[in-house]
Amino acid sequence: MKQPARFNGYFGDYGGKYVPETLMPALSELENAYTEAIGDPEFLSELESLSAYYSGRPTPLYYAKRLSEQCGGAKIMLKREDMAHTGAHKINNALGQGLLAKRMGKKRIVAETGAGQHGVASACVCAMLGIECIVYMGSEDVQRQALNVFRMKLAGATVVSVDAGSKTLKDAINEAIRDWVTNVETTHYLIGSAVGPHPYPIMVRDFQSVIGIEAKQQMQDDYKQLPDYIVACVGGGSNAIGIFYPFVDDADVKLVGVEAGGRGLDTTAHAAPLTAGSPGVLHGAKSYLLQDSNGQVMETHSISAGLDYPGVGPEHSYYKDTGRATYIAVNDDQALDGFKLLCKTEGIVPALESAHAVYHATQLAKTLDKDKIVLVNLSGRGDKDMDIVINALGENI
Amino acid sequence: MSRIAAVFAKKDHKAFIAYVTVGYPSMWATLQAVPLLAECGCDIIELGIPFSDPLADGTTIQKASFDALQNGVTPKTCIETAQKLRLKTNVPIVFMSYYNPIFHYGVEKFCADSKEAGVDGLIIPDLPPEEGTELGNACAKHGLDLIYLLAPTSTDERTKLIAEKSSGFIYMVSVTGVTGARAALPQELSSFVSRVKQVTDKPLCVGFGISTPQQAKQVAEISDGVIIGSRIIQLLESGVSLDSLRNFATELRAALD
Repeated sequence: MKQPARFNGYFGDYGGKYVPETLMPALSELENAYTEAIGDPEFLSELESLSAYYSGRPTPLYYAKRLSEQCGGAKIMLKREDMAHTGAHKINNALGQGLLAKRMGKKRIVAETGAGQHGVASACVCAMLGIECIVYMGSEDVQRQALNVFRMKLAGATVVSVDAGSKTLKDAINEAIRDWVTNVETTHYLIGSAVGPHPYPIMVRDFQSVIGIEAKQQMQDDYKQLPDYIVACVGGGSNAIGIFYPFVDDADVKLVGVEAGGRGLDTTAHAAPLTAGSPGVLHGAKSYLLQDSNGQVMETHSISAGLDYPGVGPEHSYYKDTGRATYIAVNDDQALDGFKLLCKTEGIVPALESAHAVYHATQLAKTLDKDKIVLVNLSGRGDKDMDIVINALGENI
Repeated sequence: MSRIAAVFAKKDHKAFIAYVTVGYPSMWATLQAVPLLAECGCDIIELGIPFSDPLADGTTIQKASFDALQNGVTPKTCIETAQKLRLKTNVPIVFMSYYNPIFHYGVEKFCADSKEAGVDGLIIPDLPPEEGTELGNACAKHGLDLIYLLAPTSTDERTKLIAEKSSGFIYMVSVTGVTGARAALPQELSSFVSRVKQVTDKPLCVGFGISTPQQAKQVAEISDGVIIGSRIIQLLESGVSLDSLRNFATELRAALD
């Protein structure tokens, strides 16, 4: 696989290590440990074995026939990350970094979570590996994702509710970094998305690339061709980079990232930095960012907690500028439409995050011929979102 | 000789460096507090530019930053504040800011405007020297010191790099952690300082967690100066009058002399 930039932590102009000095040695240690681990057949075989027997990989590639027929255009395929253990793609990265932390002799893991999917994945992996786990979560997210909070606690994790700022993912990351700065000698920070300082964006991408590698093989085995489009939702962007990356050199495969349009890009209530932001520095990396005219990071909104973040992984910023991928936004109501349509036509309940990608795929498929293929990364399942959907649809149960 | 260099050129003198967040608890307070601190023997003022995501700061400075932003403080108003203060006092002023507000303002323009306003240097807690080339060049061009931070976790190699790149003085972070008052100083501090002294002759000032004149005195015995932040923010918060700040600064100066 080709690196889009020299392996110096920069994707073109984006990335880097904008962190307090206290963390710089830890980042070097992590980079060395990671480079060593992925060159070690024993590490790779343990990861592969646990991916199969613990996470349930490979996940299926499913042809959504009724959904496709409903749209009346291209075939829509779903990469079923919703069927992975703990209900989302997040387990791929949590497992990889968890094994790495164990290898590095770290006794304690801190993680942040938005929707709670990464928190649950981290808590479960830590339980399985016997490592202490502390999950930081914005207090607004603790409320709207109560079910996931309970799952984390069942797996023995400590969940810390963060009351600062917008009380969502951004603030949970700030607090996790503060913990890491304080306890850096004993602690690994298990970042959940392809964001943060180098080497995190590369490491998370690599652990998530299993999605794209499998999908490519499955497309070739089952359909003897590659997809024409790949569509994935983008918050920090880990599921998107995971499915995009193995296809980056396949120039005929168009890559489309779907950001959270919230209440609309004409309002400030959205979470679409690639579509409506500008370059800035947050959480250790230079990347597109939603910021005001004074360089203050803006508060965001999305119906899906997992996309409710003002920044994005630096590799996506690079693909945006080079044109290798395009990024668009889907708003809350459209995501709900995608959610309902997939439930009704296929009996698959997507996470609200993934529903953004589903909605865009249905719109895209309508404009394409029947022989075209649109591959959607169905990054997670929607059980966690029932309360939000019930409220949004004004239903009573 | 620059204003900062002049501080460290004084014989048998330990520097007292005070941090205030611009516009906390009000712009009036900042404009009063800085000349008062200088009058009480404070040698260098750190003017904090508030940021929405201060990830190297503990709760005290987080809250001050939040309130200052609520008060409408921007990088531009911080530069204007420095300009007003420069008319009242000759004390060296350095900006303490996270990188994004400066990056967004425009690195070159920020340095030019800061210098014009009478600012002497910059401290950027989330900018290690590896990422500091652009800002370093702009600072050099405009005659500003770019003060880097060293941490207890810094390796020998990084200590050398930072000692080489830092100008004005070196900001020694006393603990692995965020800013904020602490009951006791870390035991490893003196070995940390002596380790750095073997590498550089540049002035070493210690910050993070120092809140009492007694602690300051201890730290000054092994270093060239002390940096007090959260404690000063707490005094600004509680005092309607600035008397408590005046008393504290006077005691602190006395403890160092």
